[in-house]
Amino acid sequence: MTETIAGWPDRLYDSFKRAGIRQVGYVPDAGHARLIDRCRADPDIRDVVLTTEEEGVALAAGAWLGGERAVLLMQSSGVGNCINMLSLARTCRFPLLMVITMRGEWQEFNPWQEPMGSIVEPVLKLCEAEIFRARKPDEVEGVAERALQSVFGDERIAAVILSQELIGKKVWTK
Amino acid sequence: MSLERRAAMAALLAGRDDNLLVVPGLGSTAWDLAAAGDNDRNFYLWGAMGGAAMIGLGLALAQPKRRVAVITGDGEMLMGLGALATIGIQRPDNLAVIVFDNGVYCETGMQPSATQSGADLLKVAGACGIATCVDVRDEAGLADLAGRLKSLRGTLFARVPIEANEPPRVLPERDGVVLKQRFRTALGLKA
Repeated sequence: MTETIAGWPDRLYDSFKRAGIRQVGYVPDAGHARLIDRCRADPDIRDVVLTTEEEGVALAAGAWLGGERAVLLMQSSGVGNCINMLSLARTCRFPLLMVITMRGEWQEFNPWQEPMGSIVEPVLKLCEAEIFRARKPDEVEGVAERALQSVFGDERIAAVILSQELIGKKVWTK
Repeated sequence: MSLERRAAMAALLAGRDDNLLVVPGLGSTAWDLAAAGDNDRNFYLWGAMGGAAMIGLGLALAQPKRRVAVITGDGEMLMGLGALATIGIQRPDNLAVIVFDNGVYCETGMQPSATQSGADLLKVAGACGIATCVDVRDEAGLADLAGRLKSLRGTLFARVPIEANEPPRVLPERDGVVLKQRFRTALGLKA
């Protein structure tokens, strides 16, 4: 069955719920808007809007120390903001799931997105994150399930990468 | 008036109970915390500069029945200043962020920090929506803050002015996995 474009954020939310996610840290991104709305509406999920993505790496570490599972939502531009803080997850082996909406890779209007977007995967691999990429709506759920299993089953760092083609083209003119 | 940092840490944690969880910042506050007595409920940072307050927030949200004290330095707090805005939104009842402020980066050679030139962390915390901001001025103020840590009722921010000195280092465990596992075990969580 093929997922509709509108449905994949709900599949991510459903996966979070099955995995028992209790804290969701995020820097807002249009591609994550639906998922953020779902999390904000859920009384069992604490939604934590961050001023910068690296705060979310620290938040997730604190959550795990206290026995809760957290995830971190961001746009590709936020990956660079996280690099030193990822030392925390790597050194202490904190489980960490980053869900990343891509910019700068497909029909991108804004060239300022390309420098960071083009190095997201290699940078994350250098930081010992496993990469799980979804290119089509019907891939999202399976990708999320595998990533969540890796993160919380094996105490790993993982990134779910949501391709720009999946999210759709940002409309610049009204 | 500036307080002696080791004595200040010891005063804040005197008679500490098992429901107080402590996250120091990278650097001198971690050595101060170790000097005050090792405890499985301390999560020492040997890195992650700028992250102490946010670790404290995640922990406080996850452990609403316990109290969390982040005790960090002015340089470490300045690196993660945005965390005060983030905490100002969440405002958990059980979180205290305490900054040992001496206006210098003492680990690296006493270079001046922004607090020496007027950056006022108390005003920043207050402006971010943290209702209780405590300006510790002397030993009596320190004793008052220690009392507040025993029963937190709302997010608290405090500035503790300390001397710009560097006492002999007291180094805690530095294996991050060990620190994490012993902390979780102490809370009754699966290591």
